[in-house]
Amino acid sequence: MNYLEFIGFLQIVLIATTPVVFAGIGELVTEKSGVLNLGVEGMMLVGAVTAFVTLVITGSYLLAFLFSIFAGIFMSGLFAFLVLILMSNQVATGLSLTIFGIGLSSMIGKKYIGTPIDGLTPWYFVILSFLIVFLVGYFFYKTKSGLILRAVGESHTSAHALGYSVLKIRLLAILFGGSMCAFAGSYISICYAPMWQEGMIAGRGWIALALVVFSTWKPSRILIGAYIFGGTSIFQMHLQGKGFKFPHWVPFDDFFSSAPFFNMSPYLATMIVLVIISSNKLRIKLSAPACLTMPFYKGS
Amino acid sequence: MIKFFKYFTIILTFFGLTISTAYSDPKKVGFIYIGPPGDHGWTYMHDQGRIHMENQLGGAVTSTYIEGVPENADAVRAIRKLASSGHDLIFTTSFNYMDQTLEVAKEFPNVMFEHATGYKRADNVSTYSARFYEGRTIIGHIAGHLTTTDTVGYIASFPIPEVVRGINAFYLAASKVNPGIKIKVIWAFTWYDPGKEADAANTLINQGADIIVQHTDTFAPCQAAEKAGVLAFGQASNQEEFCPNAHLTAIEDVWGPYYAARAQAVVDGTWSSTETWHGMDKGMVVMSPYNAKLMSADLIQEAINMEVAIKDGSLHPFAGPIYNQAGELVVPEGQNADDGMLAGMNFYVQGIDDELPQ
Repeated sequence: MNYLEFIGFLQIVLIATTPVVFAGIGELVTEKSGVLNLGVEGMMLVGAVTAFVTLVITGSYLLAFLFSIFAGIFMSGLFAFLVLILMSNQVATGLSLTIFGIGLSSMIGKKYIGTPIDGLTPWYFVILSFLIVFLVGYFFYKTKSGLILRAVGESHTSAHALGYSVLKIRLLAILFGGSMCAFAGSYISICYAPMWQEGMIAGRGWIALALVVFSTWKPSRILIGAYIFGGTSIFQMHLQGKGFKFPHWVPFDDFFSSAPFFNMSPYLATMIVLVIISSNKLRIKLSAPACLTMPFYKGS
Repeated sequence: MIKFFKYFTIILTFFGLTISTAYSDPKKVGFIYIGPPGDHGWTYMHDQGRIHMENQLGGAVTSTYIEGVPENADAVRAIRKLASSGHDLIFTTSFNYMDQTLEVAKEFPNVMFEHATGYKRADNVSTYSARFYEGRTIIGHIAGHLTTTDTVGYIASFPIPEVVRGINAFYLAASKVNPGIKIKVIWAFTWYDPGKEADAANTLINQGADIIVQHTDTFAPCQAAEKAGVLAFGQASNQEEFCPNAHLTAIEDVWGPYYAARAQAVVDGTWSSTETWHGMDKGMVVMSPYNAKLMSADLIQEAINMEVAIKDGSLHPFAGPIYNQAGELVVPEGQNADDGMLAGMNFYVQGIDDELPQ
């Protein structure tokens, strides 16, 4: 890999990883408040289609991102109403939000499939993704409100006893998560692969969810996890393009040099790191929000 | 009320499976799609075929489709769902539905099945495919002429005979024009992921490819080529509107007449298990208009002449001598590869500097 090729490689990695960072950091904030929202994929799809359709109709990028964030707030608001007010099961509600999002986005986008648009340059968003991770980290560990949010996630009864409104704080965390997911979706449909296609998020929402566990609920590690995954997935393509083969003294070199192995390598790399992280059970126990997926009602 | 029904149907989406049902009538034809009909690629063309069939046969048939069916055990459920809901003819439109189609066909001997691009048949299971590789020969010829870096990037989906055949046909034609041409293959192991396809295209362009060929289903690679200022070929349908300054031509799949004929056979009661493999001569494979902005008039004429030659049989994409990577003669001079070899093709021809995943 020469210098120019390396720069090109880095660019592709940055562009490909950014949406997962946005969605991951949004979901992290939601989970830190003690709510597990499995609807990331659905919210990303709705965000993607809203941004795309708005752009086609109005021609304004700003409105596109704005409306996409509104769509994320709507989707996550729906989720918040169900799990916070009606106290439905978070796992089931989140899953149905994803399924709902798949259907809703297909319906909204039906007429707009294959409409050509001018894509936006991704670089501002790449910078923004780093900035947001930094800001969330600052918010969590350097501000009082961040401490309160974490307290709600760790023990909602204590936070309630101290006089904090658990439901209000969780609502805000869910809405932030939803808007970040939708924003990630709009980045995909406007910058990354400028088009609308049904189901175009193609599982990135689930990767974002896995990233939160991977990061052991720490913002900076979202970046590390996302770039391990994104970097490996682009690097394996690079190796395939170069026709890279392991030398014969490597055991099972045929297997390791095969395209199927290359394609599973990003998942494998992430899994290996996850295993290492979770080998310390105490660490996982300490870092996971203690009230994750637990419903809160004032009588308890 | 109709609108309400439409919304209701969509809300009933279960794990990405949407069912859209038209009005009810005697013969019901079902389709299993791997992607959404809006991919402007593979599934889109099958859906165009379905619409053509409905228009041709008027009220004699109605059709239903299930989209986004994964190529695993879920496919069994989806196919069985169609079979058990009174469908008379079911088209399963992706290679890896093969065993699932046969499994369900055994349970429903009175339902007719048609499996696209496969090779396993039964009394109530036909197979059909198009000779896409004829189109790959033409784009290979064009690429051989137009590449300046002598490097072509090829985004492949899965190492199945259909895809391998495409790569070989492309390389044989390209290397005939330009013996020094190199082909870089990235196996994406997906048919449908716009982001990943764009990443693969960008990686190949970054490594010096100045023409992008794809065997995946969306127009993301063509778009990436447009952005980077290199050339590309469309896949399955004409994708020129998405990448007007990169799109040279595309290999289009035209299923409509076949679907209409098979549905008609079911209506008439004359359906029997067959094996169909049509190419340009029967109009199942069609080249999109050649881009005159990017290709010289001479090159366009050459491509058109090749089309004519393929149609009348004077040009065969796999005419001997053909050697495999080990240097063994697989098709002797003066002979053409037979359909058996083409259908099961699992080797690269000599000159491709890569290893085929097995």
